[in-house]
Amino acid sequence: MKTLLRVSAAALMTISLSSAFSVSAEGIPADKIATLREAPLNIEPTPPVMQKVINSDVKEGRNYPMQPPVIPHKIDGYQLNLNVNKCMSCHARTRTGDSQAPMVSVTHYMDRENNFLATLSPRRYFCTQCHVPQLDAKLLVPNEFVDMDTLIKADVKKEAKH
Amino acid sequence: MIAKLLATLKKVWAVLRKPSVHYSLGFLTLGGFIAGVIFWGGFNTALSVSNTEAFCISCHEMENNVYQELQSTIHFTNRSGVRATCPDCHVPHNWTDKIARKMQASKEVWGKLFGTINTREKFEAKRLELAEHEWARLKANDSLECRNCHNFDYMDFTRQSQRASNMHSTSLASGEKTCIDCHKGIAHQLPDMKGVEGW
Repeated sequence: MKTLLRVSAAALMTISLSSAFSVSAEGIPADKIATLREAPLNIEPTPPVMQKVINSDVKEGRNYPMQPPVIPHKIDGYQLNLNVNKCMSCHARTRTGDSQAPMVSVTHYMDRENNFLATLSPRRYFCTQCHVPQLDAKLLVPNEFVDMDTLIKADVKKEAKH
Repeated sequence: MIAKLLATLKKVWAVLRKPSVHYSLGFLTLGGFIAGVIFWGGFNTALSVSNTEAFCISCHEMENNVYQELQSTIHFTNRSGVRATCPDCHVPHNWTDKIARKMQASKEVWGKLFGTINTREKFEAKRLELAEHEWARLKANDSLECRNCHNFDYMDFTRQSQRASNMHSTSLASGEKTCIDCHKGIAHQLPDMKGVEGW
């Protein structure tokens, strides 16, 4: 009898909790929900105009040392599958002489035990997992990233004040 | 056997040399001319029909593999709507070269009859070999079928991206490289490129 009571009490708790959640979800008016979709969920918005891919071939700076460099050119139709890695036809060590493209970093030739391999490590094969081309587009949300040099400089200033 | 053949040949030669008995010279000349026109017209029509995309993709081997892959590339769909069809790239435009290629194509009829690439798996297995034929052909004729539209003399390097103009103004301009050396797989998927030079 005691156990039965306890179970029913737990069930009641869950029911009341879930109802509380649903109430709170209904409580927020639609215009207060920040959305990138910019249309109600039940309406199919007109897609925005396609953005241009930056094709300047000028290296973009990195925001932190470990950042995978972004691709400063178009990669439309580049085949990247089991058969072919189009990126490596320029960025492989053996190809950079002809192509004058930067070589993929040496870490790409290492396995996870840091042993060097003759060719690209399988875990680094799919370039676009980390490297992506950039669009010439307006930011949808403001980026609040502060790079570490700025942080260090701010710290130095603060200490100088004290 | 050979003597018999020679005798028949002699008989035929004698008939050919003999002046016509029943038909006038005018009839024979005009008749020959008209027959010639019909023959030549028919030949050319057949040639141009076999040189259309509709003809190429009437075989499922072409329609289901290479034609599907072409459709997402810039040679099929692009901003200005100019597009390349199969024969634009795969058949030489010059008459003698075209006839030579058409004669080679008899091998493809053979392949069709015996189902050499009649499944996706068979096609994929044979893809490198088939691609290598096309690369060899384009390499040998200095990418003539590319150049039928993309004329080097009228390329404006200033309107190309930095990378493109670097390559085109050096290796391509000096004739050291030709289009297909760098632009393999421009219109179809590539096979496994292990062992292919430059990959």
